Amino acid sequence: MNMKPFRLPDTLARIATALPQTPPAFAFCLALNAMRDRLLTDELRAALEGKNLRLQVKDAGLTLNFTFRRGRFLPSSGATDPDLTIAATAYDFGCLASRSEDSDTLFFARRLVMQGDTDLGLLVKNTLDAADLPAFTMADVAPHRVLQRLATLVLPGRP
Amino acid sequence: MHSSPTSVSDESGPQPPSFELVCPAGALPSLRAAVDNGADCVYLGFRDDTNARNFTGLNFDEAAAREGLRYAHARGARVLLAINTYPQAGNWKRWTRAVDKAAEMGFDAIIIADAGLMEYAASVHPDLALHLSVQGSATNYEAINFYHDQFKIRRAVLPRVLALAQVEQVVRNTPVEMEVFGFGGLCIMVEGRCALSGYVTGCSPNMAGACSPASAVRWLQTPQGMESRLNGMLVDRFADGERAGYPTLCKGRYTVRGETYYAIEEPASLNALELLPQLMEMGVRAVKIEGRQRSPAYVAQVTRVWRDAIDACRRQPRAFRPRPEWMQSLDRVSEGQSHTLGAYHRAWK
Repeated sequence: MNMKPFRLPDTLARIATALPQTPPAFAFCLALNAMRDRLLTDELRAALEGKNLRLQVKDAGLTLNFTFRRGRFLPSSGATDPDLTIAATAYDFGCLASRSEDSDTLFFARRLVMQGDTDLGLLVKNTLDAADLPAFTMADVAPHRVLQRLATLVLPGRP
Repeated sequence: MHSSPTSVSDESGPQPPSFELVCPAGALPSLRAAVDNGADCVYLGFRDDTNARNFTGLNFDEAAAREGLRYAHARGARVLLAINTYPQAGNWKRWTRAVDKAAEMGFDAIIIADAGLMEYAASVHPDLALHLSVQGSATNYEAINFYHDQFKIRRAVLPRVLALAQVEQVVRNTPVEMEVFGFGGLCIMVEGRCALSGYVTGCSPNMAGACSPASAVRWLQTPQGMESRLNGMLVDRFADGERAGYPTLCKGRYTVRGETYYAIEEPASLNALELLPQLMEMGVRAVKIEGRQRSPAYVAQVTRVWRDAIDACRRQPRAFRPRPEWMQSLDRVSEGQSHTLGAYHRAWK
């Protein structure tokens, strides 16, 4: 990834941890649902059905609890233990999304944590590795780009 | 006697045309990454237990394999298919179908371990090139020449148990091309014969195509550190910040006579980059990169380093020294705490 490694300020995590986590989980599910036809194979859809998932962006203080039911990602309460938890920093998630880092490399370096159903985690990892995705850059997750994309999802028809 | 196909000369003159870089691909993006970064050959497997990386979601269905072949061949790279597990009486046809499919689809060779399957391939598809898999565990030239005499194998992948002098002895005494491992996960010293994963999980690489299948693996963060368990058995516990490794039984830490340590094998990656001049000089035909289970980023990074190193070594073999940035780049993607020359450097052998 053509970007210097960064870690979000600790204050952000302290503040974000105290905030409700459902709105970001909702936005995340919205984004996942918009991409799901390109991301999910039949095998992965079947494996994800009914599973509780947790994504932790450690330095952002974000804990996104969500589930996959009847073909859609939905936010969940996180009250039950997740079937699969994946945790990393925002930068490392960006590295994975841009395919500039190998997930095993991050795992060996203890920058990527996976707990729970390892088979499901491996299926997610291998399915994403096999997907023909357009090139992703960190610019794609710049705040104004994310807001623009959310606006087109929530208010279709607007430019 | 085998005459070396690699005549290495310094500075100028004919470049060795025949030292191949063989890179792994678990999916199409990895295959493209390998080809785009300079692989001469890419090896892959079908999505079933006919290959020794039968992991959930990994490998190629027929459509992906056809596209991979098209992509690689259009760019002058060869594609090898690993059919390197051992069929049983009840599932024999799945393996012969894989061989038939390889011949029909136009793979440049199949990497194969089982002698019965070799007989099938040699008799039904005599034009399909056969490479003896590392899973076949042939460590001496008599065994390799037997496979050559019986099945006309073109190449053998040497197990990672031989010292450099032993590799040279094999090369000198067989007409079969030799491929050696250059980089990646270092398997315990019983290639093709390991029963440890089967003992703990019921699945072995030879029979099920998976060592430590993910369904048996659990990672758990505890106050003492991150635990790695295989079918419930504690294999290792990593302190905060300590580099982790794959959850294989052979690379676990165990308490033996009151001392807790890597009692079987250290979790280190093989890196034979510094041996390139010697490997070329002795007539080794190809160097293999391990890691079909890794992501496209790993394939791209490792392939690029080895391509640059092989090209540099061809230009000036006597002056060849691994560049620090190459070693740094390879160390970053390594399993465990360090890299090693493995058995290659064991002078006592």
